Amino acid sequence: MAGSHNINRRDFVKLTTVAVGTVIGAAIGLPAIGYLISPALRAGGKDAWVSIGTLDKIPIGEPYAFSFTRTQVNGWERTATSYGGFVLRKSEAPEDMVILSSRCTHLGCQINWHADTQAYVCPCHDASFDINGAVIDGPPPRPLDVYTEFKVDDAGNLQIHVKEG
Amino acid sequence: MWKKIYAWLDERLGLNDIYKATLDRPEPRGNWWNTLGSASLFLFVLQGITGIFLSVYYTPSPDHAYDSIQYIMTGVSFGWLIRGIHHWGASLMVLVVFIHMLRVFVTASYKYPRELTWLIGVGLLLVTVFMGFTGYLLPWNQKAYWATTVGTQIAGSVPFIGDFILKTLRGGPALSALTLQRFFAAHIWILPAMLAGLIGVHLFLIIKHGESQFPNKED
Repeated sequence: MAGSHNINRRDFVKLTTVAVGTVIGAAIGLPAIGYLISPALRAGGKDAWVSIGTLDKIPIGEPYAFSFTRTQVNGWERTATSYGGFVLRKSEAPEDMVILSSRCTHLGCQINWHADTQAYVCPCHDASFDINGAVIDGPPPRPLDVYTEFKVDDAGNLQIHVKEG
Repeated sequence: MWKKIYAWLDERLGLNDIYKATLDRPEPRGNWWNTLGSASLFLFVLQGITGIFLSVYYTPSPDHAYDSIQYIMTGVSFGWLIRGIHHWGASLMVLVVFIHMLRVFVTASYKYPRELTWLIGVGLLLVTVFMGFTGYLLPWNQKAYWATTVGTQIAGSVPFIGDFILKTLRGGPALSALTLQRFFAAHIWILPAMLAGLIGVHLFLIIKHGESQFPNKED
């Protein structure tokens, strides 16, 4: 039976060492990877209706800045994150308005309204957007994000629908 | 192809020499008691790796230390496993290093020309114990807090300079955020760096002198 199935002692030990090592490596390595990426796999995406102001205090024809804070549990701590945006009422009709997020679509800095140039300007990389959020100049790949879902409740408060990423 | 690459690397790095010096050393006699040094080294590496992983989530602040460990235990995938290995590995390391020292003592392996290997080994045992002492505070629970209160108080009972030692260890007269922070720094930077350096010299000396012969009846 001295055929091709023979394996010498040294090779057997080597093979066994490699095999056992691989199993142990996987048994420890995979949980280790899971441990590191665990927070990235959390389900997020809570949504809520947030009140951003009373309708009759919002002027017509010029952007009205608003901001709100949302808290979230991250690990062992509650983190408060601020969000902001601008409401532009185009006429008396409560539904005739554009609500823009103030988060620049380039790399996430906060834009500001410059009344003299009639543009939203991002301080980080000199991006500018027009009053409706379209890109005028600079690096942003797309117009400002718009809060499309909004409503005015019975007390006259303007509410927007916020989805957390 | 692979042989060529290996030959190229070997010519420049001396891989074969390293292999011969570290893994192909002659052993005087097969004996399991001679493996305790390797076991200590393995545990040191294991504690290092699991410790680095724990530092991804652990926060050394009185406000967050306890909560961050609760989060590791219940909120992070396999966090219980990583911390469990670090926790039990710590006790095991102190035990194995101590038995290693007993073995060297019983077989008289500390004699010429290995006196310095022995002295460095004693240093390694002490640093290992300090690793245990500083790591014990980090969970910042009742047991950790009072164990460190008592431990630093004992260190403070040294005549004349006791009060100075106590304040140096605690970073002030009382256990505080400063205590936790300096124990953390000692636990993850100062003591591991000392361990790594001493282990390097220890291993060099072992490779240089080889394993000692066990004494026999004639000795």
